Amino acid sequence: MASSVISSSPFVCKSSSSSKKDLGFSSFTKSSQISIHRCQKKSISRKIVSVMAPQKDRSPGTTGSVKTGMTMTEKILARAAEKSLVVPGDNIWVNVDVLMTHDVCGPGAFGIFKREFGEKAKVWDPEKIVVIPDHYIFTADKRANRNVDIMREHCKEQNIKYFYDITDLGNFKANPDYKGVCHVALAQEGHCRPGEVLLGTDSHTCTAGAFGQFATGIGNTDAGFVLGTGKILLKVPPTMRFILDGEMPSYLQSKDLILQIIGEISVAGATYKTMEFSGTCIENLSMEERMTLCNMVVEAGGKNGVIPPDATTLNYVENRTSVPFEPVYSDGNASFVADYRFDVSKLEPVVAKPHSPDNRALARECKDVKIDRVYIGSCTGGKTEDFMAAAKLFHAAGKKVKVPTFLVPATQKVWMDVYALPVPGSGGKTCAQIFEEAGCDTPASPSCGACLGGPADTYARLNEPQVCVSTTNRNFPGRMGHKEGQIYLASPYTAAASALTGHVTDPREFLQ
Amino acid sequence: MATSLHSVNHALFKSASTSSLSPSPVFRLNSTTAGFNFKPLISSSSAIITRAAVSSSESGESHNRETFHGLCFVLKDNIDTDQIIPAEYGTLIPSIPEDREKLGSFALNGLPKLYSERFVVPGEMKSKYSVIIGGDNFGCGSSREHAPVCLGAAGAKAVVAESYARIFFRNCVATGEIFPLESEVRICDECKTGDVVTVEHKEDGSSLLINHTTRKEYKLKPLGDAGPVIDAGGIFAYARKAGMIPASSSG
Repeated sequence: MASSVISSSPFVCKSSSSSKKDLGFSSFTKSSQISIHRCQKKSISRKIVSVMAPQKDRSPGTTGSVKTGMTMTEKILARAAEKSLVVPGDNIWVNVDVLMTHDVCGPGAFGIFKREFGEKAKVWDPEKIVVIPDHYIFTADKRANRNVDIMREHCKEQNIKYFYDITDLGNFKANPDYKGVCHVALAQEGHCRPGEVLLGTDSHTCTAGAFGQFATGIGNTDAGFVLGTGKILLKVPPTMRFILDGEMPSYLQSKDLILQIIGEISVAGATYKTMEFSGTCIENLSMEERMTLCNMVVEAGGKNGVIPPDATTLNYVENRTSVPFEPVYSDGNASFVADYRFDVSKLEPVVAKPHSPDNRALARECKDVKIDRVYIGSCTGGKTEDFMAAAKLFHAAGKKVKVPTFLVPATQKVWMDVYALPVPGSGGKTCAQIFEEAGCDTPASPSCGACLGGPADTYARLNEPQVCVSTTNRNFPGRMGHKEGQIYLASPYTAAASALTGHVTDPREFLQ
Repeated sequence: MATSLHSVNHALFKSASTSSLSPSPVFRLNSTTAGFNFKPLISSSSAIITRAAVSSSESGESHNRETFHGLCFVLKDNIDTDQIIPAEYGTLIPSIPEDREKLGSFALNGLPKLYSERFVVPGEMKSKYSVIIGGDNFGCGSSREHAPVCLGAAGAKAVVAESYARIFFRNCVATGEIFPLESEVRICDECKTGDVVTVEHKEDGSSLLINHTTRKEYKLKPLGDAGPVIDAGGIFAYARKAGMIPASSSG
């Protein structure tokens, strides 16, 4: 239908300059047909007008009109809302690909679902819901145990395909389905896929953004709504871009990178925004390191974090799922609301001092801080590579820890890796062997553990006003239990180094 | 950010009547800057675009928003969810009425010693404070709904903070448990716990905090996009009004 007089796009008006104003209006909407015709009637022969008759149901994406660039997040949300274009600020109804919940929020979410949709209501899709008990598991607290039982009932009734159940609390290995920490389990079980929308009733759901998807935390009420409809009302966030280039020093980990960034922009620096990470340093990070980075986006107030998928991502994902997916990438002409650049080769290990994740300080400047214990665990710092790193440092040092050092693998799989995988450069020793030689506590049952305190009998809970170096994600007052506890957030390397000296310690003391 | 006015998906209002609680569609137009990267109309499923005043007022409707009157409880910046309700109480299920009541009794239990007043006196179930005043980044941390629920269960009616963390704000809006309002200045530095305050809503959609003890008034920011959801009574009521989900099923 293209003629030499008019381009193939009905939206490009070749007539007078007054058409420029119409151009501003005329993309993507049916109503713009009105302006097109106004434009065309002025200048173009009848013959061509009749060829360009209105095509009412023409999909805007096929018009070939001037394309407004979108960021990754905008594209993911646009597609999930079945729109060709969204801009930050738009409130849209979005289709959800995966909804995750756990033992703490699951009962409430299902309670609301039943209250609002009826006792006999069925969930929108029993294969798109993943129920992962992980928060308060290995405890005698009756209410905590009750919550896992409640989730079992719901999952049975609704025929939920993915319920990583636990019944034998005395021996986690006796539970074949049980996984552990939800965000690590989601990735390991192949539920994280580029381009999708993943919601979870947990703030650290943003971890999954490492896979190039939109992932964010929601409350019980929103989750109850999603359970019934498979949709959620979301406001499209603007994107802040963080470009990390340069070669990662051997003593630096992505925990240091994210603490650096949060220290830079503050705990509210990314509120309501997307944090998009790219650059040569990012490209060289493993999936677990990328997860650590996106995990703490919420600590900067961020709505979600994203990393463009690449061969590393595809290799991880394709080994774990056969569900088809379609990655998206930010357009070259997309708009970013902020741009930050870091040369990571110049960065040093950092900690977040009590009582805020943005209370950044160089680890080496805190060497006089005496500590009482070290905690290595959680979705942030309890993955296989986190333990490998700690073991590597312990092995290089060849010393024993000076303070109680608690190890809580995030999932069953991580626990098994800790006991089975050889640590490079150690002559075939496993993490578990190295930890034992260094005098650490025996690796505990996988769960969220003491990251958020939990019931009084939670392993490694801070029950006294002690100083703890932790690979976890938050250090607000009372986070790990005691209100006067002092928590220094750190990388696994820094945590291990600190355990060896009994003070906050830069890992370069042992790794150079 | 939550309070600035932006466009709303028209699909929401497919089957909703022009009730007083539906916001008018907003016409958004950005001027071209050197013909580069201009933003198009927000797409609409309806062929009719009406021009509406781009202001915070939803012309002609009364909002039927409650006026809150009582004592205020003053907090500072970065009050995270673990301070609002320590994680150990996360075993309580907010949708079970008895659990919800218990959550109320533990509200703001996690505050450190520098807060000398207790929000809920130990042994009691409810608070004597109706309005919570906060600083920046109120409600940061977890997505656990236990946070706004415990405040609402304890009897608090509104939070007036300088700014909010997004998940907490969203949970307030979705549950309808407590009214989240934003101040223009640091009210938390000018009010003291125990001051008598009124939160008043005006017909034009704006709100006012009046401190009767200090005799000062503070204009509060309009609710913006969250307004319609809050007015409807939460996300479910809003979705029903918009025809996104069927009218309330019984039981």
